[in-house]
Amino acid sequence: MLYESSAAAIAIFAAFVLGVVGLSFYLGRKGQSAKGYYAAHGEIHWFVNGIAFAGDYLSAASFLGICGMIAFNGYDGFLYSIGFLAGWIVALFVIAEPIKALGKFTFADALDSRFNSRGIKLAVAISTLVVSIFYLIPQMVGAGDLIVPLLGLPHTVGVILVGVAVTMIVVTAGMVSTTWVQFIKGSLLVFFCGILAAMILNRGLVVGAGPAANLAPQVRTITPDGTVLIDGKPQSKDHDLRPVGTLKALPDRYAGKTSTGPLRPLEYLAALEDSTIVTWSSTKHSDAAGTHTTYSPVERKGSELLKPGGYFKGLSTGKLADRLDFASLMLALFCGTASLPHILIRYYTVKDAAAARKSTVVGIAAIGAFYVLTLYLGLGAMTSGALDPTSTNMAAPLLAKSFSTTLFAIISAIAFTTVLGTVSGLIMAGSGAVAHDLVENVFGIPMTDHEKVRCGKIAAVGLGIIAMVLGVLFRSFNVSFLVGWAFNIAASANLPALVMLLFWPRTTKQGIIAAVTVGMLSSLAWILMSADTFEKVYGWSRDASIVPFSQPGIVTIPLGFLVLVVVSLLTPPAPAVRRHG
Amino acid sequence: MSAHESQSESLKPTPAATASSRIGLTLFWIYVLLYAGFMALVLFRPDLLSLRPFGGVNLAIAYGMGLIAGAFLLAIIYMAACRAVEGGGPPRG
Repeated sequence: MLYESSAAAIAIFAAFVLGVVGLSFYLGRKGQSAKGYYAAHGEIHWFVNGIAFAGDYLSAASFLGICGMIAFNGYDGFLYSIGFLAGWIVALFVIAEPIKALGKFTFADALDSRFNSRGIKLAVAISTLVVSIFYLIPQMVGAGDLIVPLLGLPHTVGVILVGVAVTMIVVTAGMVSTTWVQFIKGSLLVFFCGILAAMILNRGLVVGAGPAANLAPQVRTITPDGTVLIDGKPQSKDHDLRPVGTLKALPDRYAGKTSTGPLRPLEYLAALEDSTIVTWSSTKHSDAAGTHTTYSPVERKGSELLKPGGYFKGLSTGKLADRLDFASLMLALFCGTASLPHILIRYYTVKDAAAARKSTVVGIAAIGAFYVLTLYLGLGAMTSGALDPTSTNMAAPLLAKSFSTTLFAIISAIAFTTVLGTVSGLIMAGSGAVAHDLVENVFGIPMTDHEKVRCGKIAAVGLGIIAMVLGVLFRSFNVSFLVGWAFNIAASANLPALVMLLFWPRTTKQGIIAAVTVGMLSSLAWILMSADTFEKVYGWSRDASIVPFSQPGIVTIPLGFLVLVVVSLLTPPAPAVRRHG
Repeated sequence: MSAHESQSESLKPTPAATASSRIGLTLFWIYVLLYAGFMALVLFRPDLLSLRPFGGVNLAIAYGMGLIAGAFLLAIIYMAACRAVEGGGPPRG
């Protein structure tokens, strides 16, 4: 049995979630004005805001997705870590201080600061909603994945639990409670990942034993009536898939030993590189008896797993389209961070530009430390003998389970809190876009301060429901993969307009509207027509896809800049020009 | 002067903000070069990333960790430089 819920696990989990929601109710008294609800009165201390950045940014994709990708595919998951962290350089050196000076509640405020244009507010509000919804999907999928092993409940229940908890957090106190939830989550995540990494190093590398050392292939069948068979017999508590992921042989210098004993951080990586590891691949086929997924062991040298090409196959085959796909993803990760609305609105919660800068530096420190730890967590999971061959997203919690059930409960609860922190930030960004940008500024409906807050809360409830539905629909996806889409759309729609507004005085409102609209629609259309979407969403053949590679950023980000420049040159400049930076 | 122009005037960057911005952009381009170098290796010479120039870990891991540590280092340099430009006063955050 891969998963077994326990009373202790449920108790720890419940304590975490109730603690976080209880804190929101406590803080709810402080966020009753519009400035309090949307920007926490601009009174958050820069250090708290910096850790909250980590809590906001380190999503299910970072924790569950990257660890899983490293555990199953090796080094390529770490490429996501590198790209996600590099994006903060754009945020710190280019965006942080100007965005603080330009905006009030939402990203649209900043882009519209020079023009007072309803068109800009409309385009940016829609882009904010699209990016936030694309980013919400992987968070909800991750939440559902966590609930299955932890509480023994169906995936859908996990999604609903997160949806309800997050909606309560946002509705009670808006940005004040969201900030503190993210601060707590960011602190816990980095701290406990550090503990887990220390335990991995202390355990060292151990040659596999127990069920995971059995290298016979495994077959999981789903019959037409929905029954699940494992190797031809009905799945039950006593007859389930075996856990996978083991070390087969240690380096020669450990000849005759089955364990290295405790290792220092760099020693661990060097020893793993010289080891032999068994990873598992899967193939799927269907016939009249059902859909059969066969999981087969693949023996590999550590040196193969610790270089690029395990997940991004194109890096080793050398196909141009595959290389462009990878380059496009890495460009989107680099450009996307500073374009994510839920990250940008966090700059409005501190008092001035210097605080914005300092909080970004704190965020980089916390996020950077976490991403270094992901490499150890992923590699530790790869050889833990505890992986679920059906779910890459569960690698980190199952790694914790290989140490103790209590640690499994703590890590799962933190992962769940991770989802709560990020989803609450996304719903905050979305509710601001609906209430402040669309209802008040675009539709021109006058609202009192109290009505603005109420409108934001209603929007938050609506977004929570949408998030729950999407979390159920996309349940089979790797969460890092899905986040890559959100980064592509954010970078294509928002970055060209933001950068050009700051650094090119000739930028016009028509240019900004065109760049946001074209960037968003082109990246969205590209994703919907890509091979990955054809295969994984529509269930069609990859060969039928219309675009040459799946990640649009390398085409659609430059397109956004080009459209902005051309349209701005063709339209009259704004009367009052202000340049920041 | 209209209210909009008045607001624009009040939000014009100070000389210190302009200097900070220049420092930020310089550091940004330094990091872009480092990041682009890594991407070029991954895309065009992945074989070099398997080398172990520092003994234990290969270049893929060393460069990747270097990019993460480098981001933090540049952030610290930026913060110190901005402080110097702004007069080195006590933290205002």
